Amino acid sequence: MTEETLKKLQILTESAKYDVSCSSSGTVRSNRKGGVGNTVGGIGICHSFADDGRCISLLKTMLTNSCMYDCAYCINRRSNDIPRATFSVRELVELTMEFYRRNYIEGLFLSSGVVRNPDYTMERLVRIVKDLRTIHRFNGYIHLKSIPGASRELVNEAGKYADRMSVNIEIPNECSLKLLAPEKDFKSVYEPMSYIQQQVLESKEERKRFRHAPRFVPAGQSTQMIVGATPDHDRDILRLSSALYARPTMRRVYYSGYIHVNTYDKRLPILKQPPLVRENRLYQADWLLRFYQFKVDEIVDDMNPDLNLEIDPKLAWALRHPEMFPVDINKAPYELILRVPGIGVKSATLIVNSRRFGRVTGYHLKKMGVVMKKAKFFITCGELVSPTIQELHPENVRRILVAPSKKKRDEQQLLLPFSNE
Amino acid sequence: MPMIIFQYDRTFDGMLTAVFDAYARRSFPQLIQSPNEPLPLFYDEVHEVITDEEKAGRVWKALEKKLSKEALSCLTVSYLSELPELDMHLFRYICKNINSAVGLERNFADEDILFVTDTFRKVRYERLRMMQFIRFQKAADGTYFGIMEPQYNVLPLAIAHFKDRFADQPFVIYDKKRHYGYYYDRKEITQVTFDESLPHFVTGKLDEQLMAEDEKLFQDLWRTYFKAICIKERINPKKQRKDMPVRYWKYLTEKNKL
Repeated sequence: MTEETLKKLQILTESAKYDVSCSSSGTVRSNRKGGVGNTVGGIGICHSFADDGRCISLLKTMLTNSCMYDCAYCINRRSNDIPRATFSVRELVELTMEFYRRNYIEGLFLSSGVVRNPDYTMERLVRIVKDLRTIHRFNGYIHLKSIPGASRELVNEAGKYADRMSVNIEIPNECSLKLLAPEKDFKSVYEPMSYIQQQVLESKEERKRFRHAPRFVPAGQSTQMIVGATPDHDRDILRLSSALYARPTMRRVYYSGYIHVNTYDKRLPILKQPPLVRENRLYQADWLLRFYQFKVDEIVDDMNPDLNLEIDPKLAWALRHPEMFPVDINKAPYELILRVPGIGVKSATLIVNSRRFGRVTGYHLKKMGVVMKKAKFFITCGELVSPTIQELHPENVRRILVAPSKKKRDEQQLLLPFSNE
Repeated sequence: MPMIIFQYDRTFDGMLTAVFDAYARRSFPQLIQSPNEPLPLFYDEVHEVITDEEKAGRVWKALEKKLSKEALSCLTVSYLSELPELDMHLFRYICKNINSAVGLERNFADEDILFVTDTFRKVRYERLRMMQFIRFQKAADGTYFGIMEPQYNVLPLAIAHFKDRFADQPFVIYDKKRHYGYYYDRKEITQVTFDESLPHFVTGKLDEQLMAEDEKLFQDLWRTYFKAICIKERINPKKQRKDMPVRYWKYLTEKNKL
């Protein structure tokens, strides 16, 4: 551990930071005798938040940022002239252990550029996690990237030590992928994904028969797609996500607003700013798929191939379906209450629990945390008299909700209205 | 209605005894407070609650018949918020459930039940914050030292997590706001208080002479990592402050200035 490690850590972190996966959730495992660390499950633990607001849960870094591929969207592509570095196994293990012991991190997120060939790289990744688990008795969280094209044996070996594994799709459409990353194809991505899935299912069967059979990737897998680097529609992205969530081990799909890192490459669009609003809308849609029982065709279809940037996808759905509203808070089933804009999982649960004891009114809803500004157009609860979407029509509701909130004016101050205000 | 005030010692058993007294006297207070708080301008009667474990135990037994385990722990955990406004809500929560034939713990339309449940959630969240934001510094003798000023008294709720996770390392976690902490010696946990005029209790930072040999290097490494992981095109201080409020920054290695 020297000044040189510091330099390496900086270079390799700069190279790893565009991978957005961050969570440390999905496994509950208490410490073992003589071991260091545990995992808490639930939403995981975020130990810090960087200046860009993204959480820091795991030590997210790379084994090396040298890479033999030349993918157009990637900062580490072969043809980029950036400082390159490689961690030694000892350095990486020591960094992880020492950071963990100081409560800086939940564990390690390890990725790597591809050197020589996928198997060579994967083998070295496996060695590090194996060292951490067996020699240093590290019992915290490990998220390991599976290198596209790595062999089945190595993936199966890695999964014995990792909590979560991921293979990034990056581009939701094979033609675009071929254009931007000529050395990759969908097969190299999906093959390791299905290796992981098969092994997880086998290990689950095994554990039914032998209680102490080893667990395989207990926190499942995740993947990531880049948004805005190709002309793909939100419909294509979300359909792919939805198909992935149908697989038994896929836990999270991350969306990464494309950041223009390789400005010289003419195959890529020129964006002044990363598409942050679009990325946010995609996450909202993703939540609807996972927690709100929405089907992907309800969110985007051929008529509306892209998400609306002005309003969130749940409100957009409600405005397209005025016939479903108003919903009677005191009678409607949970699933329908969950569809009301302004009511989330938490308040919907509170509502269905409380109404068994008596009538729930607008006053109660407000106290429970319902966003009445939105919800009032879509509900009735017996006493509410404000007009609903039925009387107002969707376009008027939309106009009211997207209107910019009025600025508070100081009435003692003289106003000089300028023409462009 | 006469204005009746109960004074109690601000312990959970004291609260339960207050409930017992109210039923025994058949008169219910409009206000519950500690004897140190000033009395309001107008009142009719002050009753001093003398905490009694047996009385408290009887009230607790009555509650166990009505409430689920989760609801019971919701009562004790919410009490760690130490919020004075919780007292009356908690008192009424208990009385309402004793009076009712069925448990009311899920009637969130009730103001008292919602308030206690919300407070419970806030305390649990603060516990998570302690698990997130404690930063250990390794001292020369090998003890890891962490200090914090949590909003609520969550150290007792979080300590089991740290004991399990860092089972093989001695550590101190100190709550400076409440002037106590826990020391773990790789076997047992003991409650400790320190002389808080020592420099590392004032600033939260170990003096370099007290640090383990490589502690400074790892702090530098962590700061370097923290800077390098940020994507400049996405700078968003508002979200950073929302998820990691400024009140915690004083003791965060990556955020406090050297």
